[in-house]
Amino acid sequence: MGIVKTKDLVFEYIRRDEEGNVEGITRAIDQVNLDVKPGEFIAILGHNGSGKSTLAKHMNAILTPTEGHVFVDGKDTLDEENVWDIRQKAGMVFQNPDNQIIGQVVEEDVGFGPENMGIPTAQIWERVKESLVAVGMYEYRKFSPNKLSGGQKQRVSIAGVIAMHPKCIILDEPTAMLDPEGRKEVIRAARALNQVEGVTVILITHYMEEVIYADRVFVMEDGHVELQGTPKEVFSQVEKLKSLRLDVPQVTLLAHELQKEGLALPDGILTISEFVSEMKKLG
Amino acid sequence: MSIIVDHVNYIYGADTALKVEALKDINLNIPDGQFIGLIGHTGSGKSTLVQHLNGLLKPTSGAIYFNGQDIGDKDYNLKTLRSKVGLVFQYPEHQLFEIDVFSDVCFGPKNLGLDKKEVEIRAYTALKQVGLEDEYFYQSPFELSGGQKRRVAIAGVLAMNPDILILDEPTAGLDPKGRDDILDQIARLRQETGKTIVLVSHSMEDVAKYVDRLIVMNKGKVIYDDVPREVFRHFKELEEMGLAAPQVTYIMNELKSQGLQVDTMATTIEEAKKSILAMFQK
Repeated sequence: MGIVKTKDLVFEYIRRDEEGNVEGITRAIDQVNLDVKPGEFIAILGHNGSGKSTLAKHMNAILTPTEGHVFVDGKDTLDEENVWDIRQKAGMVFQNPDNQIIGQVVEEDVGFGPENMGIPTAQIWERVKESLVAVGMYEYRKFSPNKLSGGQKQRVSIAGVIAMHPKCIILDEPTAMLDPEGRKEVIRAARALNQVEGVTVILITHYMEEVIYADRVFVMEDGHVELQGTPKEVFSQVEKLKSLRLDVPQVTLLAHELQKEGLALPDGILTISEFVSEMKKLG
Repeated sequence: MSIIVDHVNYIYGADTALKVEALKDINLNIPDGQFIGLIGHTGSGKSTLVQHLNGLLKPTSGAIYFNGQDIGDKDYNLKTLRSKVGLVFQYPEHQLFEIDVFSDVCFGPKNLGLDKKEVEIRAYTALKQVGLEDEYFYQSPFELSGGQKRRVAIAGVLAMNPDILILDEPTAGLDPKGRDDILDQIARLRQETGKTIVLVSHSMEDVAKYVDRLIVMNKGKVIYDDVPREVFRHFKELEEMGLAAPQVTYIMNELKSQGLQVDTMATTIEEAKKSILAMFQK
């Protein structure tokens, strides 16, 4: 069984009026079946309101299914006894770093997770160091988080999760606020965790360039999985993605546009080097 | 309605051990009607600079002139300035609070002491300018989608009828279609009203597509101030500052280095496409 598996997952938000009477029900997740294998790099795309974040919140038991099941490392999130284990196995980084930093000093904040797990002090410091180095924030370890910019705070939040040595890390739009270099660093850190440490990465993002290295891409629409496949398969469908309010990397779009003008380029070009070598064949 | 930034320095936490020089000798002239992009990596001083433009921060040294008047003067009316220089913060939808969309947008002009009719006209115009349909006017702002909430928040600033609109990363967290919609709307607004727009952005692709002047900040200084095509020629230097050029720039440079005769100054898909097709037509 996969590290994260959803089985016929349904989640409904219930809206209530002031007296607590049910006003309406919104089905945010509608019959989603995913099976993420250990060590995979998964990307989830979808427009605002498509159900991505709701799905992510099921992966470490912040939300539990209305119907169906979610298993994290074989443990059912519906069983409350599993919650503690699940949150150690699957760490989550949210979009807004201001909601997840609690320490007075950066290194304290990063140490909070492992400390709560009862890790011996010497090891905590080791973990804090390696985590901060991994996100390029080690030189800021003595800073107060409120002196950091949004992007720097976000990297501290990621370090805080890495320090717990999870099997799986779920990143919910971690780069929404970062500059290009910050974005690259975060993605590089996520890929390194994935490739070197074998940590499963589930990345939710609106930046198409960030998903080209994923093993599999899922595109959410209206609470269900509308498209899935390798990045190449998914990004070959430029018009379909646009109809889902999404986009493709610029190089893919340029190739697509040139293709429409009659140049013999293949579908789903994802990188500059691929594009250049195809262009050389034509030129 | 021009702004002149004259030798401005700003130090956070001056006289403390943790002092940070956030702005170093900034000189800028912002005339009427420009669409300006402001880029720089996190911590480069962009946000500090824009907070000076409407008097939220006071320069440690140097001066800022709005229409020829020093806004640091003791008797300068900062309240008027803030209605003339509208600042839309990051995630502005967090500042929505009223029971319905229309009341929320009315809040700013009401505070200016305008009469009710004028307030409502301003709110209506502002909501139209951001492209929000009438049907949403009396809904709670909290029931809208992310992109719609952000439009309402921008409308709240527009209703003050500023001459200059500064937007700090207005597309952060929106999906690609939402990003395009907001920026198209801002470009249209600028065309229709001639307002000066300052767009703080982390997306090189967006600034390449929309702005006509691009200011690059690094470590508290203005490094480049030119049209985007010229600025992105320095993509190697930009990378050293934690920035980048649009992916198109890299594509064109790579093609060129492989011996294909394309225009390396192209910064948008449209320009790149033209240049590549022209090569095949020869």
